Amino acid sequence: MRNFVSGRAQEIPPSGIRKFFDLVLTMDDVISLGVGEPDFRTPWNICESSIYSIEQGTTSYTSNRGLQSLRDALSRHLARTYNLRYNSNSEMVITTGVSEGLDIAVRAVTDPGDEVLIAQPSYVSYGPCVTLAGGIPVPVRCTEKDHFKLNPDSLAEKITKKSKSLIINFPNNPTGAVMTESDLKAIADLVIDHDLLLISDEVYSELSYEKRHCSAATVSDLWDRTITLNGFSKAYAMTGWRIGYLCAPREICDAALKIHQYVMLCAPTMGQVGAVEALRSAEEDKNSMVNEYLLRRNLFIAGLNRVGLPCHVPEGAFYAFPSVEKTGLSDVEFAEQLLREQKVAVVPGSVFGEGGEGHLRCAYAVSRKDLTEALRRMEIFINGL
Amino acid sequence: MDEKDLVLLKILEENSRLSVDEIATMMSLPTSEVAARVQALEAARIIKGYSTVVNWEKAGNDEVAAIIELKVSPERDFGYDRIAERLCRFRQVRTLRLITGTYDLQIIVTGKNMQEVSRFVSEHVAPMDRIRETATHIVMKTYKENGNAFFEQPETERLPYTM
Repeated sequence: MRNFVSGRAQEIPPSGIRKFFDLVLTMDDVISLGVGEPDFRTPWNICESSIYSIEQGTTSYTSNRGLQSLRDALSRHLARTYNLRYNSNSEMVITTGVSEGLDIAVRAVTDPGDEVLIAQPSYVSYGPCVTLAGGIPVPVRCTEKDHFKLNPDSLAEKITKKSKSLIINFPNNPTGAVMTESDLKAIADLVIDHDLLLISDEVYSELSYEKRHCSAATVSDLWDRTITLNGFSKAYAMTGWRIGYLCAPREICDAALKIHQYVMLCAPTMGQVGAVEALRSAEEDKNSMVNEYLLRRNLFIAGLNRVGLPCHVPEGAFYAFPSVEKTGLSDVEFAEQLLREQKVAVVPGSVFGEGGEGHLRCAYAVSRKDLTEALRRMEIFINGL
Repeated sequence: MDEKDLVLLKILEENSRLSVDEIATMMSLPTSEVAARVQALEAARIIKGYSTVVNWEKAGNDEVAAIIELKVSPERDFGYDRIAERLCRFRQVRTLRLITGTYDLQIIVTGKNMQEVSRFVSEHVAPMDRIRETATHIVMKTYKENGNAFFEQPETERLPYTM
């Protein structure tokens, strides 16, 4: 029999943490800092409105673009919160999580052979999405020295005649780095000079602690050449609802919508109803979750530095990205031994691409009690090295 | 009072057993500053005390609680204040509020048993001057108090790793 698996599917690397996953399932009493999602439950008002809509029989497809009421509310929300202007009828698509938004964005703008620059360390799906679209992922390394911001010089080095687009994600998973307006301006110049398209995944935008998030499309003349991706998962603790959105200038948005209507038809209706309620009434819930993440961050970062894992202060998202260099172990060795010996699960930074090696991603979206206990165990582990 | 005091109060309201050190780390403030802020808030009586939310029913205590609504004729110059303060002096009165609606005051009373509660109401509360009418509701079960749910919620299953 032939090997039916396509070349492209074969080309995608398997998950870098498969062995950790298998290991953790055989263990009890593990504290997992490996989960990239809020530990809070979705605020009840959101759940309730979705349950009610199901009772009312709101169970059909929505329009391809998504519920009009959701798009209208989002358009107002983005303008008010980030000064980001998108027309709800022509420049917006509700997607099945940001994952789908990313996929259709990349496919809408990538031809075979196009190089897609990816600021790394990054979320693990960017590279594979580019590969599946026939593009060539080109990592651009963000370093600890720059607090994991995207440095314009590093970007310039990787730009070639084949470069078509750049994917960034700030606040960043896995580093927690953010880009200020002036940081983005430096990048904008290069993007515009080299006629690139920017794909900005801003799913952690609400989790920006020191200052208000700056949305890339509001900087310089980037709007015309930016696809903004965002969603409800992280801000409103709605990961399982799978609701994201893609915003872009009309022509690009139409192309993404075409793909969306063939591969997804529409985002889950119940999720969209919940998202409407999130924008309507969950502001307070969101704020109290964000405030809690901030307290945990301070607690955790201070603890990491104390136990001998130096860590810059991540200004956004809910990840700490400490260095393990001083311990003499690689990130993979450290993560595996820590799990086996002290039952704390973290993700080795090298999983997230260039610049991630020698670091650990620790999600602090767990209770303060668990964070304190995790730190205690990490300290025992490090002292035993 | 400033923004930091508000954050501090929220932390303490949720768990007053945290040490000053822990709170200082969480707020990225010097320990001495947090201690001084707590002291100032105590001195200003903004922090009225530190208590524990107890599920007495689970602890095997069979005390009875009742919510009693009172219709009260307000006094010239004092309104409801004097009578409310009088009621507050009773050990049995755990909570007292002025409310809108059919009744004026609402008190939460606890006692060893139903007889004790009803005796307290009929002998001490109802006969007070200016109290025109009372309605007593015995608490059958407490599901949530001060933001704390008293029923077990199932742990949500989370994946050990997600990217």
